[in-house]
Amino acid sequence: MEMRINDRTLLPSLLLLLLVGSGLSLAVGAISIGWRDLFAALAAWGWPGSVEVPEQYALVMGEIRLPRLLLGLIVGGILGLCGAVMQGMFRNPLADPGIIGVSAGAGVGAAVVLVLGGALTAFAGGLLAKVHWLLLPLFASAGGAFTTWLVYRLGDRGKSVVMMLLAGVAINALAGAAIGLLNYIADDRALRDLAMWQLGSLAGANWTAVAVAALVLVPTGVLLWRRAEALNALLLGEAEARHLGVDVARLKRMLIVLTALAMGAAVSAAGMIGFIGLVVPHAVRLLRGPDHVRLLPYSVLAGGLLLVIADVIARTLVAPAEMPVGILTAILGAPFFMFLLWQQRRQIFQ
Amino acid sequence: MKPVIEIEQVSIEFPRRRLLDNINLSFCCGKLTALLGPNGCGKTSLLRAIAGEQECGGAVHLFNWPLADWDRSTEIRRRLAQRFGVLPQHSSLTFAFTCEEVVRLGFGPGSLSRAEQRERVQHCLRRADVWHLRERLFPSLSGGEKQRVQLARVLAQLTLADPGTEKILLLDEPTSALDLRHQHQVLQLAREVAADNTAVLVVLHDLNLAARYADRVVMLSEGAVRGDGPPAELIQPELVEQIYGYRGRILPCGDYHALL
Repeated sequence: MEMRINDRTLLPSLLLLLLVGSGLSLAVGAISIGWRDLFAALAAWGWPGSVEVPEQYALVMGEIRLPRLLLGLIVGGILGLCGAVMQGMFRNPLADPGIIGVSAGAGVGAAVVLVLGGALTAFAGGLLAKVHWLLLPLFASAGGAFTTWLVYRLGDRGKSVVMMLLAGVAINALAGAAIGLLNYIADDRALRDLAMWQLGSLAGANWTAVAVAALVLVPTGVLLWRRAEALNALLLGEAEARHLGVDVARLKRMLIVLTALAMGAAVSAAGMIGFIGLVVPHAVRLLRGPDHVRLLPYSVLAGGLLLVIADVIARTLVAPAEMPVGILTAILGAPFFMFLLWQQRRQIFQ
Repeated sequence: MKPVIEIEQVSIEFPRRRLLDNINLSFCCGKLTALLGPNGCGKTSLLRAIAGEQECGGAVHLFNWPLADWDRSTEIRRRLAQRFGVLPQHSSLTFAFTCEEVVRLGFGPGSLSRAEQRERVQHCLRRADVWHLRERLFPSLSGGEKQRVQLARVLAQLTLADPGTEKILLLDEPTSALDLRHQHQVLQLAREVAADNTAVLVVLHDLNLAARYADRVVMLSEGAVRGDGPPAELIQPELVEQIYGYRGRILPCGDYHALL
């Protein structure tokens, strides 16, 4: 395949697209803000009084659109990164946090906090109330880690694609039941939160969510990237990786924990957004090859780009209402998954 | 010369049968040894036991260290990786690396400079006669081509050792998917590697290739060693018939002899 392009072409074009996408994301919405006012509004929010723009502009920009853009970039980045890492670990380009049930596992963890969190806090008192914002990502991460581990064991350590996908089906079913049960016992407020979440949306973006997600993405991203060469070796097979000096068991433990942490942060901030982790690494591999040293950082950038653009579309498609972005990524991503399945049908039944 | 692989009373048992039964063998650097025997006699299992991929009873020592000790830390494991290469029978790599990139994977997670890597990769691609495939995508290759690219990868791995260090190379049926010319080429290459202070173990099915290229032949049958020595002594009609159940004829053929 001669579609590959080098860093000197790919990196600037990706950054340019990111810039354009970010501009769009900031400009589009209930109040349309022109290109020129965009910077003025940002400046007015950052340094009040420096520029003359309607006060409303500065508020919309600084408190709604900017955090939403940043959260989109970070969550998309996490989804792209985790997709790439899981596909490497499972040695299979069909692994995706949504498809194999890791998002759903994280979703159950988060739903527990959403629905039972109030009761829990009331029971345990003030201390828990203080760390309530931490509870959500923590439970989500735990759910994600457990499901990754489960799929990995059920899927015969990544040897069997069919088992991996079927395990995903089973886990998604179980998680669906658990979330359904929580739906059933939830009060009205929790019910609304839950519904937003299951569909996946960036509408709940605020600066706390941005900070938490960024604080998770940066260290996990760096730690995962430092294992890029070990991941490359793992693609050859577990025994081969071991002969190349990789401590395979430890590597896999690290990968499961780190991706689950990152997925927990993404899911608790934006709910279950599917298929970004499937589509993005696939596209990057086509353009730049499967070497994880480059695949991982590019997947972060491209994942952020894709989610931000999907969010812009979701916001404008049915304006003035707003479609949850998870619906859009599923509409676009699921057919792509079917295409991949069809393309790889021979390998799957090997 | 002290052996670099020592196998003492190695047994592999499955619930119903004994795959290997009390095997004692040792291998030295500089020699190419062929492991022979009928299907299911335990050749590959023995190789996997030496590589630490197969649980077994008894003791395996590599470079005078028990096998388990090499897994004590990543640092130690990485030192072993520089001098211990394994070529598996099949490759499960499905990601679209180019062949050049596959060979580069042989260096593992390491610290060679890009320029140094490129030079060594080119050298290994040429040695395994896959230079012309360097820009092709690995999954698109035929079985035999894949095998030769993987061999180049293992060669690249062994270049990490300091010159003159004792090394080990295990090859599991490297010729099974190859055409005639490449069968000979690969075994010729294995001889060259052996000459570079390396103990080379090759699982083979073709007795004539063993007769021509091996310094030593180990015949396995039903999990036990049935013969161990120079190929000219072991590849004889009587023993071959006992082990393989096929009566062949010996034809003198220059400096070795062929079995038909």
